[in-house]
Amino acid sequence: MSSDASDLAAARDGLADLTAAFRDPATGELRQETMIINMGPQHPSTHGVLRLLLELDGETVITCKPVIGYLHTGIEKNTEYRTWVQGVTYVTRADYLSPFFNELGYCLGVERLLGIEAPPRAQVIRVLVCELNRVASHLVWLATAGLELGAVSVMLYGFREREIILDLFEAITGLRMNHAYIRPGGVVMDLPEEGPEKLRDLLRVLPGRIDDYETLLDDNPIWRERNEGVGVLTAEQALALGVTGPILRAAGVAADLRKDIPYAGYETYDFEVPVRAEADSYARYRVRIEEMRQSLRIVEQAFARLDDTPGPVMIGDPKVGWPPTLSIGPDGIGNDPAYLRHIMEESMEALIHHFKAVTQGVAVPPGEVYSAVESPRGELGFHIVSTGEHRPYRVKIRDPSFVNVQALPAMIEGYLVADSIAANASLDPVMGGVDR
Amino acid sequence: MNPAELAERLRGRFADVVVARDEVTAVIERDALLDELAWCRDEPGVELGFLSSLSATHWPDAEPAFWIDYELRSITRMHRLRIKVGLAAEDPHVPSVTGMFPTANWHERETFDFFGIVFDGHPELTRILLPDDWVGHPLRKDEPLGGVPTWFHGATVPPIDERGMA
Amino acid sequence: MPAERFEGVHLGKTPEEIQEEVERGVLLTTLDRAVGWARKQSMWPATFGLACCAIEMMSAGAGQYDLSRWGMELFRASPRQADLMIVAGRVSQKMAPVLRRIYDQMVDPKWVISMGVCASAGGMFTNYAIVQGVDTIVPVDVYVPGCPPKPEMLMYGILKLQGTVRTSEPFR
Repeated sequence: MSSDASDLAAARDGLADLTAAFRDPATGELRQETMIINMGPQHPSTHGVLRLLLELDGETVITCKPVIGYLHTGIEKNTEYRTWVQGVTYVTRADYLSPFFNELGYCLGVERLLGIEAPPRAQVIRVLVCELNRVASHLVWLATAGLELGAVSVMLYGFREREIILDLFEAITGLRMNHAYIRPGGVVMDLPEEGPEKLRDLLRVLPGRIDDYETLLDDNPIWRERNEGVGVLTAEQALALGVTGPILRAAGVAADLRKDIPYAGYETYDFEVPVRAEADSYARYRVRIEEMRQSLRIVEQAFARLDDTPGPVMIGDPKVGWPPTLSIGPDGIGNDPAYLRHIMEESMEALIHHFKAVTQGVAVPPGEVYSAVESPRGELGFHIVSTGEHRPYRVKIRDPSFVNVQALPAMIEGYLVADSIAANASLDPVMGGVDR
Repeated sequence: MNPAELAERLRGRFADVVVARDEVTAVIERDALLDELAWCRDEPGVELGFLSSLSATHWPDAEPAFWIDYELRSITRMHRLRIKVGLAAEDPHVPSVTGMFPTANWHERETFDFFGIVFDGHPELTRILLPDDWVGHPLRKDEPLGGVPTWFHGATVPPIDERGMA
Repeated sequence: MPAERFEGVHLGKTPEEIQEEVERGVLLTTLDRAVGWARKQSMWPATFGLACCAIEMMSAGAGQYDLSRWGMELFRASPRQADLMIVAGRVSQKMAPVLRRIYDQMVDPKWVISMGVCASAGGMFTNYAIVQGVDTIVPVDVYVPGCPPKPEMLMYGILKLQGTVRTSEPFR
């Protein structure tokens, strides 16, 4: 035994010399250096092409610097070279997980410049699809947040539920994503025949699935451990950093544009805005789950209203209302054959008007507006400037993710690097909106 | 407060207040920017303490050449205000508001990136969305849209900004 | 037991029976085809989801349109462990060097699917910010158009690629 102890002592003495290279010559203390680690832009857990430069002291984050711009698409410049209606197709791809909100914000702004209002049935349909989009977006958030924290089955469940909603979107708009369905003056087409049936099935199935999520995750010890106390952003910090949406509501501030500065008829619907006080990642999870329930509540009310609000879904003014009558043919949604016969065979003026509407579109009176909607990530605003042309002069998209990612350093500096993943996941940034 | 009431409240302090399409817009001088924003934030009843958005527009042949606009929102009073500051083409400088509104940090970087407007006093005014070595400020009206012209056999299609439509 | 066996006593099998049994139970093929089959059966995609197409790619890997049927549900984050890069989304000028670097880090054999019109040709974004087709940066094997392509369209592109891989001749 004693020989082992003396061997150990000899070995330890030898080791002490090895560490001399890492000791500060003046004090004899071990020199500590921080590491600068690059996370991304290609990374499975950064929620898209986000690059984080982390300065780490061991496992603790000292400073975090997000580098963005890896998905910069030049959408704002492109809209200046397209007609007002074509702008919808550009704007809808900014925050690609909530395309209806992009379209709604833009179209509300253009309608305000034009001084028109969409018909009542179009407004009900707009609220319906927007709230379903909110549910779909929160499902993707839940799926990817679960995946990033290691809960792979949550990813599969989230996408399974989302497929039900996307199936309905495909029936209504023809596309699963990036629909370009909401246009200035209304919406493109009325609901198809199988629409109400699918919507009824959806409303029957989804609330039970949300219950399943709560059963799986609410009191799950791993979920709670990884989310409680992680990524704390107090109300003062959030308001100073311009953060809105579920992050602000999880910090105790009941700010929701649908209630504060209502638009598109939201003041006529009966719903609640969930608010929690803990301001951590777990609180954001609870807020988003509750928001899904409230959204389904709004969808039920809107669905019930559809029968009582008949009428056109696009404004009648022929200069503004675009596209013209559409119908579903054997190869999908296209111009109605009766309309085609009218412009090709019956009326020259109608053909000329159709040509002008396609190539030029409406000329919007000069002015500027700021039109904001409450997207699943926060305040989504559009600052639209018009000079009376057939094209916008400037469309600035105030994207909530752009501002929310700015708050990431405040949430993770001083905490462990593993918590930075959970904090980023709870922010729910969509890089298409951040970079535009 | 509704837009008309807010405009009345502001007319005592600002010279140029316009109400249009349910929105209030006030135009102020660059030198008075920080003081006026502080007043908007601190004045009871106005309480515009949240900066939603900050952006710019370029008017190449007009005077002023750049308009910076600040979209303010009141979380407590549920109203909005737009403040606009005009800049000349030769002097695209404006004081930074990051001291008052930390959220303006990235907004000002983006405006610098796209338009070349310098925000004096910004802690780190560098490009944010475009690569760091990009030359030019693409959202200015005298910069082209870019992209590759489409090639077809026996025909040329000009880039979109030269096609002469609309 | 075949009836004719009972006439007289046979122990063991006739040469014809052995031949038949071998043909039933053993797969004879060339090395090329075996390797081609193995490569296409378990291609692992590298995570290169950029924008909206990435969401459709995730949907293709999720439960309803299951990529696991072809052994591809395992998206490897490390390019060293992946052999297929599905460029899903618009590639900006800032992202282009990163794309090239990830492609260079992938080990041979490697294939590239350009998913969506933005990756194939710049899409609707003919402007300063987007690379007008990733084939200007990396060699592309299959282009899948669409904005975004439905998961079924992506699966068709993947199956086409797998058909090419299976019949390719890796050792010539």
